Amino acid sequence: MALSKIWVLTESQNSKPISISLELLTFASSLGASLEAVTWGGTASQISEELGSYGVSKVLDAGELNGSLPGSPVASAMKQAIDAGNGPDVILIGTTYDGRDIAGRLSAKLDVPVITNVTGLEISGDSLVASHSIFGGTQIAKSRFTSSKSPQIFLVRAKTFQAEPSNSTTCGVESLPVPEIGNSGAAKIVATHVEELTGPKLDEADVVVSGGRGLGEKDNYALVEELAKLLHGAPGASRAIVDAGWVPYSYQVGQTGKTVKPTVYVACGISGATQHLVGMKNAKNIIAINKDADAPIFSVADLGIVGDVHKVLPKLIEALKSRS
Amino acid sequence: MNVVVCVKQIPDPATPGEMDSQTNTLKRDGKLIMDDSDSYGVEMGLQLAEQAGGGEVTLVSMAQDGETSGLRTALAMGAAKAILVSDPALKGSDALSTAKALSKAISRANPDLILMATESTDGYTGTTPVQVAELLGLPSVTFAKKITVDGSSIKVERQTEAGYDEVTCPLPAVVTVTAGVVEPRYPNFKGIMDAKKKPVEELTVSDLGLDVSEVGSSGSRQEVFEIVAADARQAGEKVVDEGEAHQKVIEFFEQLKLI
Ligand SMILES: Cc1cc2nc3c(=O)[nH]c(=O)nc-3n(C[C@H](O)[C@H](O)[C@H](O)COP(=O)(O)OP(=O)(O)OC[C@H]3O[C@@H](n4cnc5c(N)ncnc54)[C@H](O)[C@@H]3O)c2cc1C
Ligand SMILES: Nc1ncnc2c1ncn2[C@@H]1O[C@H](COP(=O)(O)O)[C@@H](O)[C@H]1O
Repeated sequence: MALSKIWVLTESQNSKPISISLELLTFASSLGASLEAVTWGGTASQISEELGSYGVSKVLDAGELNGSLPGSPVASAMKQAIDAGNGPDVILIGTTYDGRDIAGRLSAKLDVPVITNVTGLEISGDSLVASHSIFGGTQIAKSRFTSSKSPQIFLVRAKTFQAEPSNSTTCGVESLPVPEIGNSGAAKIVATHVEELTGPKLDEADVVVSGGRGLGEKDNYALVEELAKLLHGAPGASRAIVDAGWVPYSYQVGQTGKTVKPTVYVACGISGATQHLVGMKNAKNIIAINKDADAPIFSVADLGIVGDVHKVLPKLIEALKSRS
Repeated sequence: MNVVVCVKQIPDPATPGEMDSQTNTLKRDGKLIMDDSDSYGVEMGLQLAEQAGGGEVTLVSMAQDGETSGLRTALAMGAAKAILVSDPALKGSDALSTAKALSKAISRANPDLILMATESTDGYTGTTPVQVAELLGLPSVTFAKKITVDGSSIKVERQTEAGYDEVTCPLPAVVTVTAGVVEPRYPNFKGIMDAKKKPVEELTVSDLGLDVSEVGSSGSRQEVFEIVAADARQAGEKVVDEGEAHQKVIEFFEQLKLI
């Protein structure tokens, strides 16, 4: 039996599918199974045409959700469809705030496990084998489900695949009704705060300049921002300075933050802890500036500058400015 | 306000991890410590119970071999007592099996609020908390960066891609906290001494009314079947800055036609 149907959980932001969803659709459409996108939030009809260009034949729309956090209602809607016999063999979900909630809820509802932190997927016979980057990316663990119970749920990290339209089809929208969920869906969003963002998004930028504790103090993060701007890139951060409150969590690169894969990653005053490396190690080029010649970040750097960020960064910024 | 805080006890992350080549699982022998990620939940739980002017923090942990060293740290911070689920049958549990055991133990404490971390340091599936919430039939709010209690409900600032959402949720509920939400207190000497006398209730899988086939390696329906070395990334050129190293960076950018 080959895979006959795949669901990809598809999130949107500003009425556009987010890149991790498109990455998963690109992979899923290469498997030759029928491909359906599960979505919510009232944008289904706006995104269906683009999803069609990725080979999606049907968008299953759980609707507006009336302000509920999506975890419980979307998982309940999926479960109801699965119980009615309309479920897929495989469900691919991106590792996002809501994606993890939906995967966890659905797993407990169906009593099926989830394979998490996937950084590679390949077909092997009739099932999928997942890869996981472990020990800071020095080793790869391969895992699979041992039970034939479906659906098989995978939580996949960003940038595992590259998004590219293919197998274009006409795509219709169908409602995925949310059943009565009661108390488990009682968490409601009452207000949304959007932080101002100029320049490219961190996980889509071609150049990322990140700062760490080696910057010494919050105000020095301005150097990182300025360098990022001059290179038309996005500023990022290690967890140390996110925890210290210098920059918002959305700047964090690494295991608990974003996975980035830019053409160039510039690490300024970052030691290179394994949890940081897993988020940026697959950048095409890495430049590190660190005053400790033995800092682990140098083991992955194509160009390592052993030096003081307070000296190197201002000169670098000056030199770039004088060219433009 | 009674708060349950889940505390995972893990091998010290400062010592390099090692895989058991027989089972392809992480080796978990030696002394365990409290997962640093859970110290924020412990601190948050203590603060919320103090603010509510009553109630206590109960810790819940699942670990093999009756391990309590990590729990003692959290008890020394000020938690009142702990429930430890420990059973040889738990070896090899995946997130869903872990959630089954934790949820049974949590319901014994009858809490108003359950705090967990967004993800553990050694497992980092990030799914256990929501699975616990679903098994208990409770609402959940993940990625909290601020929690305010308001009578029988809470208001949470939840991290999002673009900023944060304000979320309201009735109690009891499961909330996961991100690192850095609060500054975990250091246990003082009195706390450490008191912690030795605080009760730790130890429960087996059957005490919880679970079947051994539901947990541990028999309950986990996934396996790591192979571990291979990743393509190693070669370190490139290393330059010591003597005032001109920024030129090297400029040249690098030029080669890539970035500038
Ligand atoms: C569960 C878990 C998840 C985690 N997830 C993440 C994650 O997603 N992302 C992440 O980044 N971390 C994560 N961490 C934290 C990680 O382990 C490290 O603690 C963190 O990455 C360190 O940040 P840092 O490199 O900025 O700070 P440090 O490790 O303190 O390094 C600072 C570096 O700056 C250098 N330096 C100091 N002064 C200067 C100077 N003047 N000029 C140049 N260099 C200087 C020092 O030599 C040092 O190498 C996680 C940890 C855990 C336990
Ligand atoms: N064995 C355990 N004992 C106590 N709490 C746990 C255990 N496993 C997971 N948790 C809790 O669930 C969170 C997420 O774990 P994980 O799903 O492994 O990322 C952890 O940070 C803990 O708060």
